[in-house]
Amino acid sequence: MALLTVKNLGINFGGLKAVDDFSVNIEKGMLYGLIGPNGAGKTTVFNLLTGVYKPSTGTFRLDGELLNGKSPIEINRMGIARTFQNIRLFSNMSVLDNVKVGLHNHQTYNIFDGVFHTPKYVREEKAMDKEAEELLKVFDLDKEKDFRSFNLPYGKQRKLEIARALATKPKLLLLDEPAAGMNPNETEELMSTIRFVRDNFDMTILLIEHDMRLVGGICEEVTVLNFGTELAQGKTSEVLNDPRVITAYLGE
Amino acid sequence: MENFKNLLRTKKKTVISVIIGIAAFIICNILIKSGVLGRQGAGLLVPICINIMLAVSLNLIVGFLGELSLGHAGFMSVGAYAGCLFTIHANLPTVIEFPLALIIGGLTAAIFGVIIGLPALRLNGDYLAIVTLAFGEIIRSIINSLDFTGGAGGLKGINKFSNFNVAYIAAIITIVVIVNLVNSRHGRAITAIRDNIISAEAMGINVVFYKLISFVMAAFFAGAAGVLYGHHLAILKPGTFDFNKSIEILVIVVLGGMGSIPGSIIAAIIITLLPELLRDLSDYRMLIYSIALIVMMLSNSSPKFADFREKIASKFRRKTRKEAA
Ligand SMILES: Nc1ncnc2c1ncn2[C@@H]1O[C@H](COP(=O)(O)OP(=O)(O)OP(=O)(O)O)[C@@H](O)[C@H]1O
Ligand SMILES: [Mg+2]
Repeated sequence: MALLTVKNLGINFGGLKAVDDFSVNIEKGMLYGLIGPNGAGKTTVFNLLTGVYKPSTGTFRLDGELLNGKSPIEINRMGIARTFQNIRLFSNMSVLDNVKVGLHNHQTYNIFDGVFHTPKYVREEKAMDKEAEELLKVFDLDKEKDFRSFNLPYGKQRKLEIARALATKPKLLLLDEPAAGMNPNETEELMSTIRFVRDNFDMTILLIEHDMRLVGGICEEVTVLNFGTELAQGKTSEVLNDPRVITAYLGE
Repeated sequence: MENFKNLLRTKKKTVISVIIGIAAFIICNILIKSGVLGRQGAGLLVPICINIMLAVSLNLIVGFLGELSLGHAGFMSVGAYAGCLFTIHANLPTVIEFPLALIIGGLTAAIFGVIIGLPALRLNGDYLAIVTLAFGEIIRSIINSLDFTGGAGGLKGINKFSNFNVAYIAAIITIVVIVNLVNSRHGRAITAIRDNIISAEAMGINVVFYKLISFVMAAFFAGAAGVLYGHHLAILKPGTFDFNKSIEILVIVVLGGMGSIPGSIIAAIIITLLPELLRDLSDYRMLIYSIALIVMMLSNSSPKFADFREKIASKFRRKTRKEAA
């Protein structure tokens, strides 16, 4: 059974069908792309899958568990983490603390332990520091761990968002335009990091991207959205060569 | 090795704080005993501790949770009346009665912290500020109209239990609890809500719980500060806990720097002493506060000024690091 099964998902904003009848199955361990022109409804799909919006039609399941109707908090705890198209870091917190917020729910010490710095607090904080630093190393951010996150250059902020999302230990990672604003070198590097994450963290990744080199380079399958509806779905190489997809991107 | 150095650095910070804490305690006691401070000076030490408690606790809401609360005097008054009514009616040895009164005052205020925390779950920004403001004023008028609180005439016959030692310990407990909280995963969750509530939710942070906890904790310490206040003056008047008092606490927090506990402590000391030092200017106190508040807000919201401050701070940090190495 697929890790993520989405069936006939849809949402309206006023009269606008931002997403209509969207279905997809994503197998565990897959790197899956979601592409389409501006305003096609890609980010809206992410907002539906993370509980920011409630779908007006359809269902989605992660590992067989029905998730529609749940809050963003519950959905994160059940195993979906995301990054944002317009970066949303905890900008006044340090780089390390951003990741540690991601680790929050995997620690068990309570308020009392926190207020009195009990041995349990000390032990778990130490473990958290170690884990967060290891994650930062994967994204080559370990040297900047004490920086305030808004002082990071743009590309590194995007990487920090991925590290923070991974820290919540999701089953499915949603990346909204992870390469936006990156130069070709940075994008190249990001591609290998995403592959590394998939292989070493046993991760399933669904990503939105406009950079076709990235999509063609790392995604095994893609779905193309256009005006909220599915235009094509399947193996990346086939879909990207589909004349309908090319017209959608280049315009009529 | 790097880790070890970090550990040393944090340990060093703790050790320095403890030394400052003990030294301040001893010095103040010597100054009181030797009479250097005089009666008037010694009489200011308890209010300083009270204002530290009020400012540090309000900083949890304003600086760390990032919500504007204009009702802190309301929490203070609820605690003050609960604690003072308790010591008036109870007949226990002082060593038990007074600490118990502090806790009762704190807990009563904490209950109100839940009540005012609930709207904070739905409202934020200006709307929440207005609700908290209304809360403070409602509390004041209720106390004004009740019989058992002494009404507008005030609650009299309160024992003068507050002294420097008790107030100092209460202030230290407040500081330690809030600093430790802020440096725990719970404090990080609170700060994350301030910085970006949408991503905090996306990280699975229980926003409702942490907003409530912030209000409850802040209210608790404000209430305990109120109990100290009542047992310092020996009389409580509802008029003391008006909007101006809430603003005064907010001014302390803003002047000291939102999210800075040492800043709140220093600003609390200065703002408590200032009216005494500038007696002639006492008519203009609120005016001076307002101007200070406007200047701080403007300079804090200006990106240029923030950059400038960040530059200075990073230079300073580098320097101290070099010196340490
Ligand atoms: N909260 C909302 N209220 C009203 N309309 C919305 C809302 N969110 C999205 N939309 C609309 O839904 C459509 C899809 O938007 P969405 O952000 O999902 O596009 P996208 O595919 O991510 O585009 P881009 O590539 O530019 O990021 C747009 O027309 C947008 O204006
Ligand atoms: Mg988008």
